[in-house]
Amino acid sequence: MEQSPDKNILVTADGIPLKTSLARAQRRSKFVAFMMVFPLLFFIMIGFIVPIVDMLFLSIDNSIVNRILPNTVESLKNWDPYANELPDEAVYASMVDDIKKAKKAREHTKIGTRLNYESSGFASLFRKAGRKVQKIDKPPYKEALIKTDKRWADIYTWQVIKQNSSDLTDGYYLAAFDFTRKFTNGKVEPLPEKDSIYIKLFFRTLLLSTLITFLTFVIGFPVSYMLANVPTRISNILIIFVLLPFWTSLLVRTTSWIALLQQEGVINDFLILIGIISEDGRLAMIHNATGTVIAMTHILLPFMILPLFSVMKTIPKSYLRAAISLGAHPWVAFWRIYFPNTGPGIGAGSILVFILAIGYYITPALVGGSSGTFISNRIAYHISNSLNWGLGSSIGVILLVIVLFLFILYDRIIGIKNMKLG
Amino acid sequence: MGNTNNSEAYVSFQNVQKTYDGESFVIKNLNLDAERGEFITMLGPSGSGKTTCLLMLAGFETATYGEIILDGTSINNVPPHKRNIGMVFQNYALFPHLTVNENLAFPLQVRKVEKYEIEKKVRNALEMVQLGEYGSRRPMQLSGGQQQRVAVARALVFEPKIVLMDEPLGALDKQLREQMQYEIKELHEKLEVTVVYVTHDQSEALTMSNRIAVFDDGIIQQLAPPNVLYESPENAFVAQFIGENNTLSGKVIAINKEICTVEVGENETLRALAVNIEGIGSDTMISLRPERVVVNPENGSYPNIVSAEVIELIYLGDHIRSRMKVCGHDDFIVKIPNSAHHAQLKPGNTVKVGWLAEDARALDAPA
Repeated sequence: MEQSPDKNILVTADGIPLKTSLARAQRRSKFVAFMMVFPLLFFIMIGFIVPIVDMLFLSIDNSIVNRILPNTVESLKNWDPYANELPDEAVYASMVDDIKKAKKAREHTKIGTRLNYESSGFASLFRKAGRKVQKIDKPPYKEALIKTDKRWADIYTWQVIKQNSSDLTDGYYLAAFDFTRKFTNGKVEPLPEKDSIYIKLFFRTLLLSTLITFLTFVIGFPVSYMLANVPTRISNILIIFVLLPFWTSLLVRTTSWIALLQQEGVINDFLILIGIISEDGRLAMIHNATGTVIAMTHILLPFMILPLFSVMKTIPKSYLRAAISLGAHPWVAFWRIYFPNTGPGIGAGSILVFILAIGYYITPALVGGSSGTFISNRIAYHISNSLNWGLGSSIGVILLVIVLFLFILYDRIIGIKNMKLG
Repeated sequence: MGNTNNSEAYVSFQNVQKTYDGESFVIKNLNLDAERGEFITMLGPSGSGKTTCLLMLAGFETATYGEIILDGTSINNVPPHKRNIGMVFQNYALFPHLTVNENLAFPLQVRKVEKYEIEKKVRNALEMVQLGEYGSRRPMQLSGGQQQRVAVARALVFEPKIVLMDEPLGALDKQLREQMQYEIKELHEKLEVTVVYVTHDQSEALTMSNRIAVFDDGIIQQLAPPNVLYESPENAFVAQFIGENNTLSGKVIAINKEICTVEVGENETLRALAVNIEGIGSDTMISLRPERVVVNPENGSYPNIVSAEVIELIYLGDHIRSRMKVCGHDDFIVKIPNSAHHAQLKPGNTVKVGWLAEDARALDAPA
């Protein structure tokens, strides 16, 4: 009902403004609704939002140097790392003091491990220092420290420490894009060709994911069309075959592809049997990009078929009939009338498959070999092997940004409201 | 039944049979001729085969046997997109991703009509259905009635030989349906296009058609203009299906030329027009329209006068519907016009009712 804000405010019989009354009446149901979603909300907070924020933080966090070597960082402030001069006595004194404290707190190896990502050798340097630093109890600290290891007399060592003394760093992101900041002059430079792997991996991941998405579409579209156009009794049975892979372990499905595709595998044997290839010409279809594409296309196929099927199911058969009766050849009718109406399904299926694909891990790890691994395998390597969580996180963040970017792009071009997931 | 081999027939079904499963016929034996410019309706309950007929004509189903002729040539082997037949579907089947203009342009584009010509024809077609300003809208932005008009315009825009309509008004509410009936009828008369219309709504069929083919059980029960169908049904199914109908079942005891005498109930004899009876002694069903029954006639003025017990009265404004017990049948309906001096009845009264022998039609007794 229309009302001006000042006069004629509608009130209930007891004189309370209508809006207040309404809010009061709805309070309880709102509370109940909130309580119903609360468990999920809580779970998402703990299981999704917090880890992502943590990952964002990890990818730029560099507080360890400042925390463990606070005095050294303070005294290094006045030192110019590019002046080709060793730091003065005060810096060495703070370093000795810091290492003593760190040793007591058993943290001196942590700083070694951290700086080892930047330049190898730091782990042993700090381990050694930790062992020997207790004996240094009087100046000159400079000579004493250099005595424990010659590397303390190397300007490079101090350049590395200086460069990592701020709480935040862009170093992980530089590394993730195959760049590095030279310790000797502080300039950002691309890594030499032989050392750069991440950009190549990102591109490979995007390229193969696109290819996989396209293949699932090419294979899934006719299947969905058939499913949507056979009697429900039959389509219900056939849908089970589409869903069957979901009920089988991912590991089992992936390894069965190994059995099929390997050099001594079923497919190669069969091709030799029918004489298409010779014994020496066995095809390498696994432990490379081909293997990844084949196995992942198979695994992700249901994610394309299901949205397509659900959209096609809603397209009345009369559209095609109408188009044909209006004089269109069946192919023209299909292409100009039926196909455009499957758009929301194609969009949903493609974005689903693509996003799943670029984050895929197990299958590329098992069948990808060296040419078929994805960027996520690199993340896994940094999280569980090299323990360089900062770099792993930064790659993860980049992956997240790429997905969000593609999502926004999709929304701009096709419109997220046109997507139909089932 | 339609007369076959009529040289004037524009659309002709000749001995058409159709089966889906090879075990039973959907269409048993269909012979139907329609003239150019005729509005012919296939009317029947669901499952009677009327839609199958339409789909065979459109080319989406093939006849198992027999021939379908359009404009002098057999179209049995012509694929549907080459038949040049316009079709209006029950759910309109407007293409949702195209605007109204694009929907109408579609049949012209696939016929490779010149662009300026398409624009002109689309505009004319839209104006014809009074939707001139709606060309740039999407079908979803239109009301049900407007969508219906667009569907009709799309089926007409490429000047097809014949327009098929498959229950096109089924999704509309009653008022809109009646309005659209007149609009479609008007278009048909204006454009002189041949229309084959399928419906299960008898009032729709009676309103619009030149002739109606009543379908049941895979055969045409009767093919006739609306008034003939209503007033002179040839068999019990048609009499029951079209309009309201009183039935009195009995046994034929005498036939005198066109009039037969039927024994109904206990010792009651009625005189009726012998339309579809097998002979003396056979079972028959007398069909009698409720509005042809007169209450309290003068003695001797009607050949059939029987006593009736009033069971129920329903006031319907323009007439009063009275359910009576006549000759042992307690579902005998009489429509009493709400005129100045109509009979004042009360439930429980016993009155006399009478009717002409010509209005009572002795038909086949349904099994």
